[in-house]
Amino acid sequence: MPEIVIENVSKTFETKDGQVQALKNVSLEIESGDIYGIIGMSGAGKSTLVRCINYLEVPTEGRVLINDKALGDFSEKELREQRQEIGMIFQNFNLLMQKNVLENVCFPLYIQRKSKAEAKERAMELLEIVGLEGRSKTYPAQLSGGQKQRVAIARALASKPKILLCDEATSALDPQTTSSILELLKTINEKFHITIVIITHQMSVVKEICSHVAILKEGEVVETGTIDEIFENPQTEEAKRLLQGIGGE
Amino acid sequence: MVWTNEVTAMIIEGLWATLYMTLVSTLAGYVFGLPLGVILAITDSNGLRPNAVVYKVLDVISNILRSIPFLILLILLIPFTTLLVGKSYGSTATIIPLVIAAIPFIGRMVESSIKEVDPGVIEAAKSMGATTFQIIWRVLLVEARTSLITGSTITTGTILGYSAMAGCIGGGGLGDIAIRYGYYRYQVQIMIVTVVLLVVLVQLFQTLGMFIANRLDKRK
Repeated sequence: MPEIVIENVSKTFETKDGQVQALKNVSLEIESGDIYGIIGMSGAGKSTLVRCINYLEVPTEGRVLINDKALGDFSEKELREQRQEIGMIFQNFNLLMQKNVLENVCFPLYIQRKSKAEAKERAMELLEIVGLEGRSKTYPAQLSGGQKQRVAIARALASKPKILLCDEATSALDPQTTSSILELLKTINEKFHITIVIITHQMSVVKEICSHVAILKEGEVVETGTIDEIFENPQTEEAKRLLQGIGGE
Repeated sequence: MVWTNEVTAMIIEGLWATLYMTLVSTLAGYVFGLPLGVILAITDSNGLRPNAVVYKVLDVISNILRSIPFLILLILLIPFTTLLVGKSYGSTATIIPLVIAAIPFIGRMVESSIKEVDPGVIEAAKSMGATTFQIIWRVLLVEARTSLITGSTITTGTILGYSAMAGCIGGGGLGDIAIRYGYYRYQVQIMIVTVVLLVVLVQLFQTLGMFIANRLDKRK
């Protein structure tokens, strides 16, 4: 049984100029322990799709199942509890700018009403894992992009999630920093057996870290496969187009 | 005229009365205005808990209250003030209309401060399973802190100005003295001294507020 099942998901947004269909009948299966890449050009619906996995976006049609349980059947409270098991990191890091590094990592633990002492102890462990043990009192504004993303990763891991969603997590970073963040994600995947879903428009990211990949075009999945299948034998125009971009990125 | 000790004592008393009215009204205004602003921000169409009915009702009430000139509000509220305080003149009585005028003003200030908070951080909190209350308490009010303090500085200045206006109907404080002595009795000297004191007070509040806001801002 795959850990994450996306079943015939469609998402339509109502805008002033009428309806926009961001996702069209998307189905994906992601196994526990995978590093799964979802790649597509901007506007392909990647961000919407990844937000369906923790129900930040509710699909208009279709189901999302985590460990065989449909998120649509959850009450608000159950959904909040489920979300504590799904970490998420973002392109713009989304840290609390008025709180220091330690408090940022403690944040999800406070949400779960853990004691201050317990939260701080756990946060210090995590800062060590991401290599920022010396910066606990620093504020995000004083950190580089790569360091901010490390804080965000520590924060996402604080509640011991089983899944980590990465929404263009390296798109704001330079190539070197990108590599170091991907390295860290790989370590986390292996060490803690966390399933990672990566949204990106960079084929180089997929190549460096992913075990599986899905190609999204205009809201539809046009191709899925293991990383070797896609790289050695791309079936669709979209896959070939994205592969060509790899040299440039 | 001669500047007697009585005049000095009167002005010092007026200074305290002004401070008393301004600070108590601002504080009481925030007790109601802060929740009002939070509710306005989160019930708006792109807020955390959109609710068109709640938003519209509070929006209209706030606008009505804000569009009544303070002097008129002061007079309109006389029966209500008398009911609460027992009289309609003096510093304590003036606090009632000041608070009523402050609430929608503060509500709007708080609403705009909270709407400045980066939606990305709110989304991150949601993704961690935070409740609406946790997001308000641990994200919105924290991230908007600097802007909220700046807003409270502006509010205090405005309330101080209103309290002086209340002098017209015997509201007490420096404004009262300025009108009674300066305007009705042509004692320009006293009027100038009170006006200078009012200016100094606004300056002090402004400087102090900005200092605190900057000290607490961790974005730089």
